[in-house]
Amino acid sequence: MAQASRVTVAPSPGAPTVVSRVSWAWVGVVPFFAFALMFLILPTALLVVGGLQDAQGRLTLTNILDLFEPTILSSYLISIKVSAASAIGGALIGFFLAYAAISGGLPAWVRPTLMTFSGVASNFAGVPLAFAFLATLGRTGLVTALLVNVFGFDIYDAGFNLLSFAGLTLTYMYFQIPLMVLILAPAIDGLKREWREAAANLGASTWEYWRYIALPILWPPLLGSTLLLFANAFGAVATAYALTGSSLNIVTIVLYAQIRGDVLHNPNLGYALALGMILITGLSNAAYIWLRGRSERWLR
Amino acid sequence: MRGSRLGSWLAMLLGVLYFFIPLLATFEFSLRYFRGVYSVEAYRIVLADPQFGATVTYSIVLALATIVMGIALVVPTAYWIQLRLPGLRPVVEFITLLPLVIPAIVLVFGYLRIYNSSSILPLTGTERTTDVLLMASYVTLALPYVYRSVDTALRAIDVRTLTQAAQSLGAGWSTILFRVILPNVRVGVLSGAFLTFAIVIGEFTMASLLDRPAFGPYLQLIGANRAYEPSALAIISFALTWACMGLIQVFGRGAAGQAAGAR
Repeated sequence: MAQASRVTVAPSPGAPTVVSRVSWAWVGVVPFFAFALMFLILPTALLVVGGLQDAQGRLTLTNILDLFEPTILSSYLISIKVSAASAIGGALIGFFLAYAAISGGLPAWVRPTLMTFSGVASNFAGVPLAFAFLATLGRTGLVTALLVNVFGFDIYDAGFNLLSFAGLTLTYMYFQIPLMVLILAPAIDGLKREWREAAANLGASTWEYWRYIALPILWPPLLGSTLLLFANAFGAVATAYALTGSSLNIVTIVLYAQIRGDVLHNPNLGYALALGMILITGLSNAAYIWLRGRSERWLR
Repeated sequence: MRGSRLGSWLAMLLGVLYFFIPLLATFEFSLRYFRGVYSVEAYRIVLADPQFGATVTYSIVLALATIVMGIALVVPTAYWIQLRLPGLRPVVEFITLLPLVIPAIVLVFGYLRIYNSSSILPLTGTERTTDVLLMASYVTLALPYVYRSVDTALRAIDVRTLTQAAQSLGAGWSTILFRVILPNVRVGVLSGAFLTFAIVIGEFTMASLLDRPAFGPYLQLIGANRAYEPSALAIISFALTWACMGLIQVFGRGAAGQAAGAR
């Protein structure tokens, strides 16, 4: 391709000369790679190296092993639990919503409306989202009050607390569900109506259609999107921080406190904490990319 | 099929409730400033707070600077990849996806380590250079979305023919980029711009850790100290998000993506 253009783009007078022998084409992408190096690759690489060093700069695995201390390990576990629960919940509800809007026999205006609202809701995150849920399910929130006044049921007496695992998961799902709708819509579009009709003609029940046709095709995008949602929630800081302050010990909050004031009393342990996070989000993203590759075979 | 259609409506109803109840509750809460009577007092207090105006202005200016820098970085790169270096496309695409893999808090941790005041490039040394660093970090956060929307727009036009036509008429590279390519990818550039705006305007983590007076940290501060004003602010920032996404819909015909930075 590049060869062809070099032949046809004949330098006319005054036009930028296109060098034909030694290609200088790479110069055009130098700014981009310089930027990526400065603001993506080097900062991350430095943290990774820092996580593998002791205070004197010698290579060590102590920091990595220290991540398995009970307090740090529990913060990773809470993060993983919240991220997994909100990803699975968001993926299930998002899947039903997207399927209902696309193949559920609803009027044509439902789908674009759902997509627009998903675009908005998936971007409504961070600090304001925490405020919204405090006003809804906090101790004096509207839904909490309504449940007490109408049904005489106090969710806080029943053990619910917004500033906990359940509350944070419910809050995260507010952006996870619409994100799932946005990512999964193309995959559901790929489920051809003919497959369902052919299955019905051959006498398959709805269950058999899902078991033998739809799910075998849909599982890679379903699982892949769930992994993406997981990584999305795992790196979140602002919502949790505004909602719970530092009362819920998730790993991003620990890292935030560490950056603010070295609460772990060991800078290198802080770098290792970041290294662990990169590993977890990296693995789930890699699995997502692999699964997306698999799903593209069918869903063209 | 009647039964399944009923199920579809039920799913929609649930979705609508999940989406609207928190908004309604927030709105109702924001009006509760005086006991027993609804009023817009919380909004009045928020809007009268000089800090509100100052932080919103700071974030808007930063968002505009981020948009300009992001587009100046992405459009020529994506154009050049398409025209001359298609072999590099997978590498560049991989790099633009990295900000989705590396959490924002990890990136800013790295910046604080590499650009601290005793390093070779002490960007965090003064307020001005910290602003530059914050802008660069927002360009990074928005990179996946901006690159994708610009690249999609570039693939829809015939870059090669346009370039050759412009060159044969005697256009230089800057004329080609500004007067031929940019107008043709306007839609992608605009949707990338609004998405960047939506990311930057309420971003908390990076602004807070770099200690800059942006809207996100202000929101958090009010949330920690006030009762009703946070709800009013949540409604205001929801309206801002709506405006950005609505503009993307208008210009980009449904190309709205999702912004990770706000979280």
